[in-house]
Amino acid sequence: MGVEGIGARLARKEDKRFITGAGRYVDDMVVPGMKHAAFVRSPHAHAAVNGIKIDAAKAMPGVIDVLTGKQLKDDGIGNLICGWMIHSKDGSPMNMGAWSPLAVDRVRYVGDAVAIVVAETRAQARDAAEAVEVDYEEMPAVTDAVKALEPGAPQLHPEAANNLIYDWEIGEADATDKALDGAAHVTRMRIVNNRLIPNAIEPRAALGHYDRAEDHFTLWTTSQNPHVARLVMSAFYNVAPENKLRVIAPDVGGGFGSKIFIYPEEVVCLWASKRTNVPVKWAADRTESFLCDAHGRDHVSEVSLGFDADNRIVGLKVDTIANFGGYMSLFSSSVPTYLYATLLSGQYVIPQIHCNVRAVYTNTAPVDAYRGAGRPEATYVLERTMETAARELGVSPAELRRKNFIREFPYQTPVIMNYDTGDYEASLEAAMREADYAGFPARREEAKKRGKLRGTGMSCYIEACGIAPSQAVGSLGAGVGLWESGEVRVNAAGTIEVLTGSHSHGQGHETTFAQVVAERFGVPIDSVSIVHGDTDKVQMGMGTYGSRSGAVGMSAMVKALDKVEAKAKKIAAHLMEADEGDIVIENGEAKVAGTDKTVPWFQVALAAYTAHNLPEGMEPGLKETSFYDPTNFTFPAGCYICEVEVDPETGVTDIVQFVAADDFGNIINPLIVEGQVHGGLAQGIGQALMEGCRYDPTSGQLVTASYMDYTMPRAEDLPSFQVSTTNTPCPSNPLGLKGCGEAGAIGSPPAVINAITDAIGNNNLNMPATPQAVWSAMQKSE
Amino acid sequence: MYQTTYHRASSVSDAVKVLGEAEDAKLVAGGQTLIPTMKQRLAAPSDLIDLRHIDEIKGIEVNGKDVRIGAGATHAEVAENQALAAVCPALCHLAAHIGDPHVRHMGTLGGSIANNDPAADYPAGILALGATVHTNKREIPADDFFAGLFETVLDEDEIVTAVSFTAPEKAGYAKFPNPASRYALTGVFVAKRADGVRVAVTGAGEDGVFRAGEIEDALAKSFEPSAVEGITVAADTLMSDIHASAEYRANLVAVMAKRAVQAANE
Repeated sequence: MGVEGIGARLARKEDKRFITGAGRYVDDMVVPGMKHAAFVRSPHAHAAVNGIKIDAAKAMPGVIDVLTGKQLKDDGIGNLICGWMIHSKDGSPMNMGAWSPLAVDRVRYVGDAVAIVVAETRAQARDAAEAVEVDYEEMPAVTDAVKALEPGAPQLHPEAANNLIYDWEIGEADATDKALDGAAHVTRMRIVNNRLIPNAIEPRAALGHYDRAEDHFTLWTTSQNPHVARLVMSAFYNVAPENKLRVIAPDVGGGFGSKIFIYPEEVVCLWASKRTNVPVKWAADRTESFLCDAHGRDHVSEVSLGFDADNRIVGLKVDTIANFGGYMSLFSSSVPTYLYATLLSGQYVIPQIHCNVRAVYTNTAPVDAYRGAGRPEATYVLERTMETAARELGVSPAELRRKNFIREFPYQTPVIMNYDTGDYEASLEAAMREADYAGFPARREEAKKRGKLRGTGMSCYIEACGIAPSQAVGSLGAGVGLWESGEVRVNAAGTIEVLTGSHSHGQGHETTFAQVVAERFGVPIDSVSIVHGDTDKVQMGMGTYGSRSGAVGMSAMVKALDKVEAKAKKIAAHLMEADEGDIVIENGEAKVAGTDKTVPWFQVALAAYTAHNLPEGMEPGLKETSFYDPTNFTFPAGCYICEVEVDPETGVTDIVQFVAADDFGNIINPLIVEGQVHGGLAQGIGQALMEGCRYDPTSGQLVTASYMDYTMPRAEDLPSFQVSTTNTPCPSNPLGLKGCGEAGAIGSPPAVINAITDAIGNNNLNMPATPQAVWSAMQKSE
Repeated sequence: MYQTTYHRASSVSDAVKVLGEAEDAKLVAGGQTLIPTMKQRLAAPSDLIDLRHIDEIKGIEVNGKDVRIGAGATHAEVAENQALAAVCPALCHLAAHIGDPHVRHMGTLGGSIANNDPAADYPAGILALGATVHTNKREIPADDFFAGLFETVLDEDEIVTAVSFTAPEKAGYAKFPNPASRYALTGVFVAKRADGVRVAVTGAGEDGVFRAGEIEDALAKSFEPSAVEGITVAADTLMSDIHASAEYRANLVAVMAKRAVQAANE
């Protein structure tokens, strides 16, 4: 590798502007004549809307207009969609209720938008929003998915009887039951995956601008996938045809999934701009982020894991109820199905798996993909159950896992996934060595002398990144293809622009993509610019989520680099009168192998554009595009070991050691990968110990609607992580990458909870394991 | 935030005058509670009277064991005052653990006790130290000052100017922070004098800060952590919310009392 090529630990190029406050976010954008919007939001979890009076609000100072859902409907703006069709096990399509961007006759969660106010200033818009009189008729609310399925529960959508969106299954039910019936031991658990609120540092924002002269719309938005936003808003919401709509996602301050989806505010700001003939900007305040960003997780599962007399797994049965909130968000249906149940084989040979999933409407914010999206839920189900089984069987958790590891690849699981490669033993060994697993009993004894309860917990996770191939996901109900595009433009003086359909909102693409180019041509990364996030610049793309940018986005770029390199070699061979097959491009020049003949890279580029001396019949220019459709998911995997000390007097858990051994395949920039793991671990530990979204079960009010009540992990809550990697390169993509963005959040929660339950000797503990929860569990175990 | 009219008071009497004239004025010192509340549109005073530029309520004086802290002293000033640390380090420790550095450099002692948030730290210290609260109108013993959740005996036109107390033989403060807000989920301040021990609890009581009589009696006999062992604090007058049940808070009162005594004896 070169000093700036693949494998170099480079600090991120983009950080200079971020840490000096020079990043440009949606709320920094100013368009001449721009006005400000505020949304009128439901204070009730469930209510009929019998009327909206806007006259008083329209008369307020600075108000330009007040618009409601009826006007939106009259203008033909469509309902929001869910982009993945799931069929219930009886073959019927999912029961999707209507989601109007502005509620017309019913509101279904606290924060549901009913009107937009456009005014000269943000403060005036907010003042006027308070003056809009909505005649609400309150209805009983239900926030808990299990209760929402019960007879007599409040009903949300006429389309979904009993609030049931779908009742889906995967795997063989009878064969799994039979396997469990014949098992020597069955471990049974009720597993709750707590609901989370994403909390990206930048609240969502949208600036819609309708240009009357050109009959053209521009939307600046906090999006992880601006092209998908354009596609959906054109094809389904009737905002504008694609050629009349430009979507720009500039610097975006974190997404974690919550900025994948197309939200009501984006649609409404665009529409309102045309209605009012002024550019309309809305930026969420933190309360709106808590109330209206799509939440994550919220599963309840009954789990049975059976073993034979030799402690080999014979079957796994899982029955899951997933809370979808008041409406089906864009990707929501795929999360507890194809991103969850398909991962339930984990790292183990499990001959029979059956999973049933019921998706349920409740009077809460919509729930959708959040860092890991389904895979953390699967990992938590399986890894808590494995650790529990080891305790019940009286064997070491490491040995039980080792005995059941998949060791031959490719491995076809009973739940669709075909694992291409991996070495789970290697991750386990690496983690146990780093954690000094053998020395744990002595550390436990030492802690006891200090009055602390020390515990250890393990988690061996697998995940699936770079969701694909397009044909396969299409057959499973996906509304879009899951390929990526890459375009490489070599400029006349040899500098390079890479256009990618991936979107960077914290991942460091401007550095890592440039490193791959630097590796290929031996040019400095400062001569390589990465262009993304603008539908007028990049033709098409699928965006960034599911740890796909490396495995899919970079692969598309590599395909385009291949074409550029091939053409550059032809030009260089022509210039040096050499054979094309003898040309090598490295260290910023083209060489004839085995000679001292060279042409600098910039001269090759210049030759392409002057076109004075090109091979016969060659077109001028040096620019190539590629679309890459993966042939399989990638399968990052690893082993995490957590050690905790619990204060028996207060229930406070201190994570005293956290070891992560991950197999991400090849790595472009170890520094950025470690940063991703650290961030993922912080989120996973946050879920395990602190973060718990709570709605009042009767009123449906969000109780944890600010940082006064919703606990985010802070630096001081976390240990210094011990991270390392093993490597089995991914065979399905050219760089051998697997993806690292979500692993930390996927693998860590069960490791933490397994450690705490080991420490306190009571397995009856749910996340978040707050001091009170741990203390209460200890009282019950005494 | 709604529109409001800002006044910079030059003296306590100036502040009182504006307070009397305005329709619905609020006093603001550090503003660490009021300003966020206003930003969330949960408070809408017609006028804001800024006390931060009044010299007469600033400063920390220590003469022998006698301490007088101006109401305008920030938490950071209290935390870092060497003279105070020499006679009552527990109060410095308390101030040093309020909020975060931003809060500590803006928030004031007077603002904290006048607001009397049931989870604020200062009320425990002021009550356990048996301090005297000085206002523009009178002197109020701490035992009489705190009147319930966000309630004090202050009149509408009354402004806290200082707090004074005589440093005890020993004192300690132990706080169990709310994991989200870092306010006291339960905080216990103990102060030992020749004539007895005072123990004040914040964050846990249904009516705000209170004295824990049973623990005081036990510690009067033996000022050791072990003296608190075996005391079961009744949960029936304690707060119960999403962060902690009354039972858990009852446990924390005993544990924090023990740790406060341990700190006092160090």
